[in-house]
Amino acid sequence: MTVSGPDTTGPELRARLRRSRRRSTLISVGLVAPVVLFLVVFFVVPIVQMLGVSVYDRSVSDGMPRTAAVIGTWDRDGLPGEHVYAAIAEDLIEGQAERALAGPARRLNQELSGYRTVIFGTARGLSEEPPESWRETLIEADERWGDPAHLVVLQRAVNPLTDYFMLYALDMERDIEDAIRLQDSDERLFLGLIQRTLTIAVTVTLVCLAMGYPVAFLLANIGGSLRYALLVLVLLPFWTSLLVRTAAWIVVLQSEGIANTFLMWAGFTHEPIRMIYNRFGTIVVMSQVLLPFMILPLYAVMSGISHWNMRAAQSLGATFSTAFRRVYVPQTLPGVAAGTLLVFMLSVGYYITPALVGGASDQMLSYFIAFYANETVNWGLAAALGTVLMVIVLTMFLIYNWIFGLDRMKLS
Amino acid sequence: MRLPPYATPAQRLGYWLYIAFCVLVFGFLVLPLIAIVPLSFNSTTFLTYPMPGVSWRWYEDFFSSSSWRLSIYNTMVVGISAALLAAALGTMAALAMARTQLPGSRIIMALIISPMVVPLVITALGMFFFFTRLGLTNSLAGLIVAHTALGIPFVVITVSATLQGFDFNLPRAAASLGAPPLFAFRKVTLPVIAPGVIVGGLFAFATSFDEVVVAIFLVGPGQRTLPRQMFSGIRENLDPTIAAAASFMILISIVLLFCVEMLRRRSERVRGLR
Repeated sequence: MTVSGPDTTGPELRARLRRSRRRSTLISVGLVAPVVLFLVVFFVVPIVQMLGVSVYDRSVSDGMPRTAAVIGTWDRDGLPGEHVYAAIAEDLIEGQAERALAGPARRLNQELSGYRTVIFGTARGLSEEPPESWRETLIEADERWGDPAHLVVLQRAVNPLTDYFMLYALDMERDIEDAIRLQDSDERLFLGLIQRTLTIAVTVTLVCLAMGYPVAFLLANIGGSLRYALLVLVLLPFWTSLLVRTAAWIVVLQSEGIANTFLMWAGFTHEPIRMIYNRFGTIVVMSQVLLPFMILPLYAVMSGISHWNMRAAQSLGATFSTAFRRVYVPQTLPGVAAGTLLVFMLSVGYYITPALVGGASDQMLSYFIAFYANETVNWGLAAALGTVLMVIVLTMFLIYNWIFGLDRMKLS
Repeated sequence: MRLPPYATPAQRLGYWLYIAFCVLVFGFLVLPLIAIVPLSFNSTTFLTYPMPGVSWRWYEDFFSSSSWRLSIYNTMVVGISAALLAAALGTMAALAMARTQLPGSRIIMALIISPMVVPLVITALGMFFFFTRLGLTNSLAGLIVAHTALGIPFVVITVSATLQGFDFNLPRAAASLGAPPLFAFRKVTLPVIAPGVIVGGLFAFATSFDEVVVAIFLVGPGQRTLPRQMFSGIRENLDPTIAAAASFMILISIVLLFCVEMLRRRSERVRGLR
């Protein structure tokens, strides 16, 4: 009896190999597809849609369709023609009857405060009977209908595509000639906020580096069971809930807290120092929360460096500090980069910790994103600030990816 | 890390200053956690030392209050469901990425990692917009979906790490001996990567267990999770019940950390790394 094995010769083999490879790739695609689909549907699409709100808003074009159709013809030389005023009036009358004016009024009021009263005040008084001149009737009802600034805002807002929120989030605006300019310095809000957010994130990152580097060095160069014990001390806070750690810090830092009790007992101060609900509290708590993210990548790199390198340098006559600076530190730079990028990326978007232990006037970008979305329901502005935050984080992420590649990312 | 016997006094001083600095940093990391635990046994309503007496009343409050109990229940339902979902989805993805060079694998990896990187406020706001339209807000299902997305990167990273050095000839050998693909996976691949899958699932659970921003946006009072409940507790009235809840959460963290470390060592043994 002969056993006929697979035919291993000829072009037949190549074709079969290709077929088998293709099937293997298909299986892999099938395995990865559910995750990709899940994340695209429930993560990417929602975020892109949300950020899209910052540049796309249909509330005026939907709520005042006739105005949207004709106000583009106004050349801003003098007041618009009668047909534009007629369109506005018809939109107001119909919108009032169908209660469709809330959207346009809110949007216009965001750009120019007082616009809500212009819309509703006028709409309430109009009668359907067409008067001789809509222009005069409207200006009589509210003189701001004769103000070019108000009309320019309306003319811009009927276009669903808008740069208003993005500009506003960067403290800029368009003037009446459509030129982009920085707002007056006493009205600027957000450049200072962005700067503050970056300052806090950089400070936290530097504090973490200053504390994390020596500790990671100790962990990497200490032997045996002590190393595991100390690693647990790093990992335990890493695994403990952020809320728990924040609550714990309130206990420590409050005015009757442990830190103040100790300082007063030791005679450093006679009355409690304010250490919480201000910048100091934010920095301290965020540093403690994020410190493991600095220590772990540093430790991973440092434990791969042989201590013989330093010995060799010292045996050749280098002092400890020279050997450390010239031989050891350069080898740890990948860990330093990984840790600082990670900590910066995480800290720049922090919300919970500053909200609970930061000063009321010292909040970060995330807080204002949540504030505009929840409290004032200005989603366009919330989305625009979100876009700013995303740009900062994505830049860091791309740098991280460019230096390290994501496939080599590891957890502890 | 020992000083050589010939070290100069200045070196000795520097060495001990360095050790002292490290001790302070370790204290900084751990002491706040240790500080809050005893206060959960305080007999008065203040979160300050010295404590006038010791009592169990805050734990009684914690475990008998219906809102805290509901939040523990919600946390467990959301955390376990999200961890299971993330473990299943993430393991499949990690296997696919490890066994073949997929076209666009860098982009896929960036997509998978992104929930870890995008600030939570942005994730929360985006999901809030989106889920409102689907009617998934104010429901545990919505929160489970959200936390699954946040947990997937952890599973993919840990399982990928386990698969590094995994010999894909093993399932091939099983196949050549006649094992159907799923059987070979269950009997050959899974036992090797199981610790990584479980660790990834525990990471995903811990992520959900720690997550509060998305919970603030997505759910109402009926679906409050433990961290969400703590958040309003800290904001509104900070009493030792918070300390009791915190101690309870620290205990769970210790259990999670312990499991992960055991599994990590086991996995290193199984894969012959040690």
